[in-house]
Amino acid sequence: MERAFVLAASAIGAGLAMIAGLGPGIGQGFAAGKACEAVGRQPEASSDVTRTMLLGCAVAESTGIYSLVISIVLIFMNPLVNML
Amino acid sequence: MNGPKVIFTLPIDIPPFGQVKITETVVNSWIVMAFLVLLSIFLTHNMKKVPKGKQCLVEKGYLMLQNLVKNTMGEDKLGFVPYIGTLMMFSAVGSLSSMTGLRPLTADLNTTLGWALVTFMLVQVNNIRRHGVGGWLKSFVQPVPFLLPSNIISEVANPISMSFRHFGNIASGLVVTNLVYTGLAALTSIITGGWATVPFLQLGIPAVLSVYFDLLASCLQAFIFCMLTMVFVSMAMDD
Repeated sequence: MERAFVLAASAIGAGLAMIAGLGPGIGQGFAAGKACEAVGRQPEASSDVTRTMLLGCAVAESTGIYSLVISIVLIFMNPLVNML
Repeated sequence: MNGPKVIFTLPIDIPPFGQVKITETVVNSWIVMAFLVLLSIFLTHNMKKVPKGKQCLVEKGYLMLQNLVKNTMGEDKLGFVPYIGTLMMFSAVGSLSSMTGLRPLTADLNTTLGWALVTFMLVQVNNIRRHGVGGWLKSFVQPVPFLLPSNIISEVANPISMSFRHFGNIASGLVVTNLVYTGLAALTSIITGGWATVPFLQLGIPAVLSVYFDLLASCLQAFIFCMLTMVFVSMAMDD
């Protein structure tokens, strides 16, 4: 009974953790939009702009990756069940 | 989804960790290393003064890499070209190996954490070489001594975030692809009422996902890991 409760709570927690995916989505969309503007203004610098945008997107993504790691840990190697 | 399988165990006992386990990741990285070594030997043997055929390709690739390093790190740090090139090739081929059915070796935190620790050591050693031990220690109390804990955390957070970024991207691709395959197999048996023994819906549909998760994410993460390494190391060497 306790085990089932902890498992259900971890599953819900894993789902809630992935709400953090909102932030990187907004951030990356913002970066991509600004990059489009920059390419429109200076088409000859498009390769530099793309490279910088990809790097910025990757860095902005890290919060989303942290939440992903937390939910992977909660689902596949649940540490809370072992504490019972 | 499971972690990498343990292929065999070495009979060496290291006290806190137990016996040395050789996992799928390690064996796959041996395969990738062997492939890369053979590819390099094949591409670079019998080089001519006037390039022809495959030599043109290799020279073009090397020049692109050299330009990338020159533009990111500066003219005086071209000595990093071999390391960055090796890292990029190993990471890209290691992630792309998932297309041949191997478990991608970067879907294991140990691999990416190892690479990130190499970057961390490069940054710290170059920092010490540039500023001396005193200057390096002083940089931790730089604006005000009050910020010492946060400076230490921000240094230690770099390798953690780099390794988790690469690992998370590849591993999430693995998880999503596995979920889609399982779902399609279940859908096949629902549609045909358990009649079909071959899950024919798995044919073709997951290839769309594979283009993103295998091709794009692999190359992008290899590039980003190398870019971040170059930026951090050149920052440590310059200012």
